[in-house]
Amino acid sequence: MAALGVPSTHNGISLNRIVAWLAASFLLLPILVIIPISLTPERYLSLPTNAISFRHYNSLVTDGRWTKSIVDSLVVGIGATVLATGLGVAFALGAWRLGAPLAKRLRLLLLAPIIVPPIVHAVAFYRAWATLGLLDTYLGLILIHAMKGLPFVVLTVAGTLANVDPRLEQAARSLGANPRQAMGWVVLPQIKAGIIAGAAFAFITSWDETIVALFVTSRAVTTLPRRIWEGLADNIDPAIAALGTVMIALTFAAVAISTLRSTAAKA
Amino acid sequence: MSAAAATSAGGSERLYWLMLLSPCVFLALFYLVPVLNVLVLSFTVPKPGLANYAELAQNGAVQRVLWTTLRIGAITTVLALGIGYVVAYALLQCGPRERQILLGIVVASFWISALIRAFAWVALLQSKGLVNSILLSTGLIESPLSLVRNELGVIIGMVHYMLPYAILPLYTSLRGIDDRLVPAARALGATPGQAFRWVFLPLSLPGLIGAGVIVMIFSLGFYITPAILGGGRTIMVAEFISVQISETLRWGLAAMLATVLLGAVLLLVMWLSRFMDVEQALRK
Repeated sequence: MAALGVPSTHNGISLNRIVAWLAASFLLLPILVIIPISLTPERYLSLPTNAISFRHYNSLVTDGRWTKSIVDSLVVGIGATVLATGLGVAFALGAWRLGAPLAKRLRLLLLAPIIVPPIVHAVAFYRAWATLGLLDTYLGLILIHAMKGLPFVVLTVAGTLANVDPRLEQAARSLGANPRQAMGWVVLPQIKAGIIAGAAFAFITSWDETIVALFVTSRAVTTLPRRIWEGLADNIDPAIAALGTVMIALTFAAVAISTLRSTAAKA
Repeated sequence: MSAAAATSAGGSERLYWLMLLSPCVFLALFYLVPVLNVLVLSFTVPKPGLANYAELAQNGAVQRVLWTTLRIGAITTVLALGIGYVVAYALLQCGPRERQILLGIVVASFWISALIRAFAWVALLQSKGLVNSILLSTGLIESPLSLVRNELGVIIGMVHYMLPYAILPLYTSLRGIDDRLVPAARALGATPGQAFRWVFLPLSLPGLIGAGVIVMIFSLGFYITPAILGGGRTIMVAEFISVQISETLRWGLAAMLATVLLGAVLLLVMWLSRFMDVEQALRK
């Protein structure tokens, strides 16, 4: 315990900083193995020994099963993002403008999809969607993913709105704007960044969602997580590593951009 | 608020009420009704009564699965909190550049798909995997260790997934502790160890408990990582529910376990709300 010294900004080597870097390496470990696997010239899971090959990246864009899954994931993801963003922004604006105690309690309802375990969702939607005839349809999965993305949009947009004065809307109204104009010209432009961030979260939520998709879809709609899951069940295809590498690269790019942006905003 | 009050406070209020309530109606219809239906199923299928709940007391397989879930959840929580606390503490100590890199790694790993990570862990840990190949070639071991398709593999994968969920709330909470208190304790004669144990650690306790509850909430219902890394041998409750539906078609038992899981998670969330702002904690 003596190693846990006084928090300060000194730069000497301390045991906790060594542990921190070990933990960071542990977090990065799967990434470090997935990149070499994606470059193997073999058909099976292996590390490239003599030569590297981009064949698995190539099969992501040429193999019909992968391209269908990429298109399906994009269709569902974009549909769910549009719906979640529309509903989430509407709710956050309503709660912000009205500030009613009811709005606070309703917010907890909207957060439920984050807290409730996904397996409970899977059972619930499987049952209900069978009754509604929505199993294995794009609309069915879009509706579910929209509900799962909604809380992230509400949290992000509400966070941005907390810095906007509700009297601005009233001022615009008293200067002659109708309710729609006041919203479109005065309020929405101020929360643009929050809306974009919320939409990005909603899209990633859909892109990544696995369990419910496994239950409510089968052949007509095969999103990427479902396709990967099936691949893991039978023979493990190195194309999964290629896809993982692409996704990880995009994740790191997004995090780097947002970090640089927030640093620039502070400076 | 009544309709009359809404009109008197200006025409835009009605529009905002409509915007506030339509997502709620959407969720009530397409979300609450299906989830409540699961609760109903647990009491009505295959026949009305508490028979499904009686399985909790009678069915050995169900008890084993629940015990496995609690045990793995607890081990994951303790490990994630222990490592997470040291990392969060180091984040306070290190310089801004180092902090930015470490936080960047934590946040980025937050967003990497659980499926892709489980895939990578299988590649690393399986008997012909990377870890075993290295250990074999260096002569440290003579036959491959079984690191995956058992509880060890599940715990490795779960700790990896949960670590960012522990680090980020812990860091937020530790950063909120007044940084003059520990130097004050030192000035009054405490050793670094005493200042940490008697001043810093007690102040960080709410954050520690809060982060622990968050990790527990997500661990209990976890599906992907245990299902892939457990290889059908170490089965947690989410995977068991899925098997009841897709293979044995025991809807009543599945609905009962889903209800118990949901109840446990909601209790944990209520407990969490005593230590930290739940909304803040859930924000990625």
